[in-house]
Amino acid sequence: MSYTTLQSDLADQGYVASDDLSVALHLALSLERPLLLEGAAGVGKTDVARTLSAVRDTRLIRLQCYEGLDAAQAIYEWNYQRQLLTIRAAAEDGETGKAVEARIFSRDFLLERPLLAAITQDTPPVLLIDEIDRADEEFEAYLLEIFSDYQVSIPELGTITATTKPIVILTSNGTRDLSDALRRRCLYTYVDYPSRETELAILKARSPDIEAKLAAQIIGFVQKLREETLEKTPGIAETLDFAAALTGLGIADLTIDPAILQSTLTTLLKTQSDQAQITPEVAGRIAGRAA
Amino acid sequence: MSRVTRFAGRDPGPAARVTGFIAHLRDNGLRLGVAEAETALAALTRITATSPDETRRALRAVCTGCKEEAARFDALFDSYWMDAGRVKQKVIKTNSSTISDDVHSSRDAKGQESNSTGSANAPDDTDGDAESDGTGKLISSEMRNLSRKDLREMVRPDEIAAAELVARRLGAALRDRRSRRRRAARKGDRLHFRKIIRHSLATGGEPIRLLRKHRPDRTRKIVALCDVSGSMTIYAQVFLAFLAGLMRADTHADAYLFHTRLVRITEALRDKDAMRAIGRMSLMADGFGGGSKIGPSLARFADTYAKRFVDGRSVVLIMSDGYDTAPPETLANALAKLKKRGCKIIWLNPLKGWDDYAPVAAGMAAALPHLDLFAAANTLGDLAALETELAAL
Repeated sequence: MSYTTLQSDLADQGYVASDDLSVALHLALSLERPLLLEGAAGVGKTDVARTLSAVRDTRLIRLQCYEGLDAAQAIYEWNYQRQLLTIRAAAEDGETGKAVEARIFSRDFLLERPLLAAITQDTPPVLLIDEIDRADEEFEAYLLEIFSDYQVSIPELGTITATTKPIVILTSNGTRDLSDALRRRCLYTYVDYPSRETELAILKARSPDIEAKLAAQIIGFVQKLREETLEKTPGIAETLDFAAALTGLGIADLTIDPAILQSTLTTLLKTQSDQAQITPEVAGRIAGRAA
Repeated sequence: MSRVTRFAGRDPGPAARVTGFIAHLRDNGLRLGVAEAETALAALTRITATSPDETRRALRAVCTGCKEEAARFDALFDSYWMDAGRVKQKVIKTNSSTISDDVHSSRDAKGQESNSTGSANAPDDTDGDAESDGTGKLISSEMRNLSRKDLREMVRPDEIAAAELVARRLGAALRDRRSRRRRAARKGDRLHFRKIIRHSLATGGEPIRLLRKHRPDRTRKIVALCDVSGSMTIYAQVFLAFLAGLMRADTHADAYLFHTRLVRITEALRDKDAMRAIGRMSLMADGFGGGSKIGPSLARFADTYAKRFVDGRSVVLIMSDGYDTAPPETLANALAKLKKRGCKIIWLNPLKGWDDYAPVAAGMAAALPHLDLFAAANTLGDLAALETELAAL
């Protein structure tokens, strides 16, 4: 299988991947390495994983990172309430301590969290570790341990070795530096805002009924808008929203009604200062140039 | 016509060429080891290695680890593999840049602002020494004092030791931000179930001892920016000693100098030998004692380094007298932007200690609304006295 096959498979599922991304994904799959995707918010990093799981017809296991994420939420936790109940019940049945201990520290009492779930599937799932930069450094250490051996050690139960190696995709918005150790273990691709052609292809794939002229105008407008100095540059998700808003309002040409154009800009501009900066005149000018 | 490099006939084969390429990347500052060479070779077997584009993409995915590296990769790839058909005898060691992590300035050797995104690991310049060989061009109407001052004459080792002590105490005072991760503790607000279950086994499943966990305090990260323009020269001694001490006391702290531009000195100050650290810093602080552009320097900080090193746990410490030659709005905007990252901003102004001081300098007045603490400091004693005020933040 070459990367072009993968690229067209992804395209069939409605994801237009650049050549860079497809080669990196292809390598991640064939070398069984985690893939680290970095890039601004809204360029489709998370969607890669979702589409890939659809292409491979496997489960998508998602771990959303946040500050303070720890082993209990990411790897496993014991079901304490059930353990307590079992101990009480066992005491009344006159079960011996040894037997109870063996029972309450068995797999039945283990709550699997995403990382443990990902390595104990029958078919390799896609494991998406989203926004890894939000988790703290301690969490990276957990990840490193799992990626190097694909096993989890639980003191009470022993070591659980992976039945399959998951396809791991990590995403990062670059809000903090990741450790070198983690970067070295992963393949890396920087996902940039798409080129005009790519974005047009994405728009056509996602909303097939949009008119060619309007589609070209929308992409032209968004591409020009990205050149402005904005606090939050609109991503692909915003473009799609923008297109949906325009088609929903039954607009066929961007340049016709500045008032409606301005009101649909709420789908693209997400901060107050950005909205203040792109006044109707500016928006009109951009739309005029884009047309 | 193919631009692909023709390798010498006696060349041992693809494996050697790939390792040669890895060495070429390493010479150019990418941190790669033997494992990467192995992965690169494995990667090439999985793709159509005869297609230059595909090879380029595959090697980029394997060999780079961040945006800056990925951006530099194409040029490095071309220089090795796409040498326009010239015969490559062996790995060419390019002298251009043995990247030094010590200099994080984004200006070239001529002392002019380069527009690169130059950041910690992808500086677009050479060593510190070469960097300060500026030919003395003026950036704007502002004077840059180019007589290089040796800061070692200004700071004595015993002062650094004293400053280290002060910095340590300040760091401890700032230990306030609570963690979201809980730890076992004797007095805690939540039950530590895992421990309770373990202990209850000893009492036949009766959880008699209730063990608890709490949120431990975490240290805040100190980011210090020191103004070393002409008007600050007489106070620089104290502040530089403080910076040096701070970097030695706190391994997470981050330090910058600014006058008409901004320089990151964190790596230089981490040098184990305190005086050598100051020496390295003076090589970087080219322009010391010149004009001051506080607003633009802070704006540059907010746009570049702050995005990576400042978060909600950070305390930004600005040491400056507030005499800015740039418009005050620039300063206000930069501080507002910085503030949005969730950090605390503390401004230490040596002039505030004067009896009849009022923050009338336009820059200072513009900055005031954005500050969490505005305090006086012109001796180490003053800095030490800040401890209680910092603890209250």
